[in-house]
Amino acid sequence: MYVAVKGGARAIANAHAWLDAARRGDRDVPELGTDQIREQLALAVDRVMAEGSLYDPDLAALALKQARGDTIEAVFLIRAYRTTLPRFGVTLPVQTDKMDLSRRISATYKDAPGGQVLGPTFDYTHRLLDFGLAAGREVPPARQADTALDPAPHILSHLGGEGLMQAEPEGAGAVPDLTRDPLEFPAERALRLQALARGDEGFLLSLAYSTQRGYGRNHAFVGELRIGTVRVSAQLPELGFDIEFAEIVLTECESVNQFQGSKTEPAQFTRGYGLVFGQSERKAISMALVDRALRAEEMGEDVSGAPAQDAEFVLSHCDNIQSSGFLEHIKLPHYVDFQAELELVRKMRRAAGADAVPDAAE
Amino acid sequence: MTESDPRRAWMGLLARAKGVQLDRLWPDAPPPFDWLRRPDQGSMMVQGRAGAVGAAFNLGEVTVTRASVRLACGSVGHALVQGLDARKAERAALLDALLQTQAHDDLAARVLKPLRMAEAEAREARAKRAAATKVDFFTMARGDA
Repeated sequence: MYVAVKGGARAIANAHAWLDAARRGDRDVPELGTDQIREQLALAVDRVMAEGSLYDPDLAALALKQARGDTIEAVFLIRAYRTTLPRFGVTLPVQTDKMDLSRRISATYKDAPGGQVLGPTFDYTHRLLDFGLAAGREVPPARQADTALDPAPHILSHLGGEGLMQAEPEGAGAVPDLTRDPLEFPAERALRLQALARGDEGFLLSLAYSTQRGYGRNHAFVGELRIGTVRVSAQLPELGFDIEFAEIVLTECESVNQFQGSKTEPAQFTRGYGLVFGQSERKAISMALVDRALRAEEMGEDVSGAPAQDAEFVLSHCDNIQSSGFLEHIKLPHYVDFQAELELVRKMRRAAGADAVPDAAE
Repeated sequence: MTESDPRRAWMGLLARAKGVQLDRLWPDAPPPFDWLRRPDQGSMMVQGRAGAVGAAFNLGEVTVTRASVRLACGSVGHALVQGLDARKAERAALLDALLQTQAHDDLAARVLKPLRMAEAEAREARAKRAAATKVDFFTMARGDA
């Protein structure tokens, strides 16, 4: 148990002044602007928006600067700021089939209608350090084709048309919101998806990998991975119509998994789903695999006790702010607790006849 | 199509624009107006759908600012804009009010048209960059057929 303590005000003030100075670093090096972070460390900004669960690149860039590049600390700053913003309403569900694509690939269909579009990917790079970047080499503009890419339908909609893909049920009733109501189990899929969308990328990556290695057998293909820009619409209550008030970048992954069928359903493919703010395909693929693993019971699959199939385990531990909050609180003063334990250990040793050990603390 | 369609379009266009764009295209001093709602920062919860087509779920929030004004002539303008730029929300609400008056044609030409073109150009450039990364598969010749 943490017991409140007083004192140390001067030490704290000096520690924070040092933090400010340390953040600035060597003053012979120009200070980093938040616009530079937003533009040139865009994927770090995206991760902070995704796990902070608040889409605002400028705020995320500021949070990264303030956190000295510590992603989880930046996410913490964004989450804290988010709680100060009144919620005006809810948007219409984003239409990812109308996405302006920058990337769209399928691992299941070579000749997917709309094509395989690589976008600005790290794939096929050699992962050799580019010392030219350190030397400030000129970067030519990206090449453009003569004709623009059209929006493309979801690849899995073609399987759905044949009845080979399990239909996605419409939601019934209010959409659950874990920012308003505490997480409760069993958690319906909409709640699970919300938790996963803001969950820690590293945690979800590990869980997704565990399913691939056999902890919850769940062989997934990436049916489609798409990254691009979507318009966000909301109803204006004053006016009775909706406007496209925002434009955001999203990454979406639909995994395809086999389903043996049941008494009521023929054999077909099923889907895992990942949707993440910003450009973050590692997170989106991980989310899709974990989403599918969490559907094991619903699919009547062998639930072997694998961590990724356990909603309570996954959802209670995927939030890095909740996790680090509890983890890091143990570094705060626990003097009274520890004194009690110390007394207890001494008493037990005395009882066991170990009194000969000198009691250095006294 | 309804009467509100052009207004829907311009409200969206103004909402998605950058504050500096609005200031550059419409540097004019605003006409006299009353606040119905001073710029008010907040968020909207963005929803997605499970499997892109199924049940709605809460994906995360996006920052917004809203504002409402009434001009001396009685025209009322509203804005719900992306981001936390209070000045942008104010300018968007004023433009929404003015676009419902006789100033419409002038402002549509000076502000809406350039915004629409800039947005279309940015979209097209991105779509052309994407198209340049589209894979052309070719089948490797196998055997000696």
